[in-house]
Amino acid sequence: MTVDLPALEQTAAPRAAPARWSRLARPALGLLVPVMCALGWELVVYLGYSNGRLVPPPSKVFQTIVELARSGELSRHILATLWRVGAGFALGVVAGTVMGAISGYWDFAKRLLDPTVQALRAIPSLAWVPLFVLWLGIFETSKVALIAVGVFFPIYLGVMGAILSVDRKIVEVGRVFRLSGPAMIRRILLPAVLPAYVVALRVGLGLGWMFVVAAELIGASEGLGYLLLDGQQLGKPAQILAAIVIFAILGKLTDWLIEVAAAPLLRWQDAFGARGGQ
Amino acid sequence: MLALKEVGKTYPNGVHALERFSAEISPGEIIAIIGGSGCGKSTLLRAIAGLDRASTGSVTLDNAVITSPHAKIGIIFQEPRLLPWLSVADNIGFGLADLAADARAERVASALARVGLTDKAAAWPRELSGGQAQRVAIARALVPQPEVLLLDEPFSALDAFTRRDLQDHLLDLWADTRPTLILVTHDVDEAVVLADRVLVMRPRPGRLFEQITINLARPRDRKSELFDTFKRRVLTALDRSLDRSVRDVTDKSSAGEAMWW
Repeated sequence: MTVDLPALEQTAAPRAAPARWSRLARPALGLLVPVMCALGWELVVYLGYSNGRLVPPPSKVFQTIVELARSGELSRHILATLWRVGAGFALGVVAGTVMGAISGYWDFAKRLLDPTVQALRAIPSLAWVPLFVLWLGIFETSKVALIAVGVFFPIYLGVMGAILSVDRKIVEVGRVFRLSGPAMIRRILLPAVLPAYVVALRVGLGLGWMFVVAAELIGASEGLGYLLLDGQQLGKPAQILAAIVIFAILGKLTDWLIEVAAAPLLRWQDAFGARGGQ
Repeated sequence: MLALKEVGKTYPNGVHALERFSAEISPGEIIAIIGGSGCGKSTLLRAIAGLDRASTGSVTLDNAVITSPHAKIGIIFQEPRLLPWLSVADNIGFGLADLAADARAERVASALARVGLTDKAAAWPRELSGGQAQRVAIARALVPQPEVLLLDEPFSALDAFTRRDLQDHLLDLWADTRPTLILVTHDVDEAVVLADRVLVMRPRPGRLFEQITINLARPRDRKSELFDTFKRRVLTALDRSLDRSVRDVTDKSSAGEAMWW
């Protein structure tokens, strides 16, 4: 009898533990590789195996970030970049969604517009830079336009593709209940394309961050891209790495915001990705 | 009265799916349409539903010509076709958008209770079994109280037990408002259990071959000898329908009456 009790406890304990472990460990697992690399490099520099001049140790990068933040420089650069990405992303999303929806919904428009859009898509977007600078000047407008162009294509393709691939059988349910055109869009097409739309938004945002660097390298007096260029010209690798780290954090953060905002709308999905880690 | 007058359908790719199909179906009648594959059963059902237009002839419901989906005609497909982003309750209430929210909720709640899924009201469609999902589809189609309910092989994807259960359940629900039921099926057993009249079709192009009246009282005993006799009658008609040497017999069969008198 007395033997049974510890045996029961033994079986109960490990069952609760892995759940807690995995909840904490899953995000931590992703941090393991970068943190180990950073600590390793810090150690290498600390022990004097490298002077860390061209590749400064994490502590130096962190110090640079703190200095930039203290002087108020950092927030100025971050705000400038965020504004550009925000404006370019908004324009790209609106244009991409409208054009994608028209091409996806209306076959004639697809045949009319899609070949042109696809041809434009084949042009490397950076090739527009000289033209945009000529047309729109060196200041904000050309930068926002470039980012918008980068964001436009994945959104356009995503929306058009999603509408074209909506299950005909589901649309037929809408027809049986005699939904009007707008009701069909609101009650059937929009919810059906939402998962693909969220993916398109995330891809578009990623490209937005990519293009803001290109735009700010064209010639800017503020912004994280400017920090990169400034670091290169003045030989400050810690500043370049600081800007890169902030890009990574902001990119991940904005992507996460889209994910979190969309999550309540996509709870219904029955997909491999919705397994909850099982 | 639902009247099909010489309904024919040729698809744009040239396939001649249905030819001169005529039938008159009284309110509250249960019709089973049965036949080999490619005999135009689903084409006919889609024409009645107004989802596809007939190339020739006409479908009329109470003298109104059906050319597009109609408020008085509901349809249940082979798959439940629930909208995955709506809860079970919202799926059932999908066709009631014109009603005020509280009236809609009331109708949905009673439909949920009627199909025995009250506890699943807030569930997502992905959380339902095949049988439960099809019950939701039946409730969704019945909630707007259609005069005609079309069923396109609604139970063919289900296992034998669930199928039998849902057949009985359908009859139960039918008895509430007694809509006209038109059921396309491959299953002779199902046709004889449910139908007042079985329409046997023959393929290429699809056309009516024979009508068999099943004048058995309900509930029908699947194990009775009479039931078996009707099944055999339908099976014989099906066999004959596939035999090219047999000419079309579009007259109403007297076999049912012969059994009784």
